[in-house]
Amino acid sequence: MHEMAMTEGILRILEDQAKAQNYSKVRTVWLELGQLSHADPEAMAFCFDAVMRGTLAEGAKLEIVRTPGEAWCLGCGETVTVAQRYDACPRCGSHRLQVTKGDDMRIMELEVE
Amino acid sequence: MCTVCGCGDARVEGSGHHHHHDHGHDHGHTHDHTHDHTHDHDHDHPHSHDQHYGHGIAGVHVPGMSQTRIVQIEQDILGRNNADAAANRARLAEAGIFALNLVSSPGSGKTTLLVETVSRLKDHMPVAVIEGDQQTSFDADRIRATGAPAVQVNTGKGCHLDAHMIGHALDRLDPPENAVLFIENVGNLVCPAAFDLGEAHKVVILSVTEGEDKPLKYPDMFAAADLMILSKVDLLPHLTFDVERCLDYARQVNPNIQPLRLSTVSGEGMEDWLAWLAKGRKGALARRQAVLEAKLAALRKDLEAGA
Repeated sequence: MHEMAMTEGILRILEDQAKAQNYSKVRTVWLELGQLSHADPEAMAFCFDAVMRGTLAEGAKLEIVRTPGEAWCLGCGETVTVAQRYDACPRCGSHRLQVTKGDDMRIMELEVE
Repeated sequence: MCTVCGCGDARVEGSGHHHHHDHGHDHGHTHDHTHDHTHDHDHDHPHSHDQHYGHGIAGVHVPGMSQTRIVQIEQDILGRNNADAAANRARLAEAGIFALNLVSSPGSGKTTLLVETVSRLKDHMPVAVIEGDQQTSFDADRIRATGAPAVQVNTGKGCHLDAHMIGHALDRLDPPENAVLFIENVGNLVCPAAFDLGEAHKVVILSVTEGEDKPLKYPDMFAAADLMILSKVDLLPHLTFDVERCLDYARQVNPNIQPLRLSTVSGEGMEDWLAWLAKGRKGALARRQAVLEAKLAALRKDLEAGA
């Protein structure tokens, strides 16, 4: 369950930013999780509630924004959309794809007070 | 979890429980990171504070009064691990150490392969090992029995090694310069994929007693690895494992993955594996040589200018 470690990473960022951005409470966290990223959104949401308990983000809402996976097809010379790492190119059926987008795991915005 | 540095339950063997003399280093990281990021952010969005203050429920900002507002922070949630990994990578490069992160399911034969590999290499080049497991120092004991230095990292409840643990383990192990460093990750085909440790390559080991469809079931790991060792191939005559299909699946996930069939029992593939290691180490040494020569040239120039 590496999502637990990742959620602890989120808390660390929230705490680090609290001083720099001058807030004491986090209401909402907008988290970008790419379709091809290493985290499962449901596990992330589960861990989030548990990890944020007793912190400046207790009871905060986690808004997960899924971004689609994109890859560069060496055969087509085009960017194509993929849902899984093992997907073939939807145009030519080749697996010679380089993932270019959709593996990000980033905090985008916070609603704070 | 350690409240000073957030080490989690992990402990490096021989270090006692929380060894906070290391934390000075750790805090340095945190400060640097925060500072840099804040600086970048302020630079990129100079007016973000002012712009967002008025977005609160009250629509106005009254000093001292609490209200909600939106802040954009754009931070990778693995940013801290990645920063620690970059520090490890720089430290390893400076010492000419070729580091590998060995990942697989439990029972793929990682430790047996390592014991065999270390035994074959240790008379020809410096070798060191970091062993990751939830509990026990059995694996490090097996490595040390070969005469090579090894340190065990117990992750406690953790399911993977992270770059922070490896930083501590490097302090403890102090691997010799120009060594090959093997980091045996916790047996787990999921979690270790996301955590860069500062290694040169992830090497995934898949034994032929497992399913040939594992590359598709656990694609993140096979996508992250550069070399795939198919282990226990001496058992193939007794199994229905389809090697070609397995390799096709692996290439489907990662077209650049390099496959290697290996058996520590029959010795098949051992020479190829050792040759691959020697080549990688040579690259690490060549990079170190280039850096040292540049430093030496600068020193010479300095001396000549002063003379």
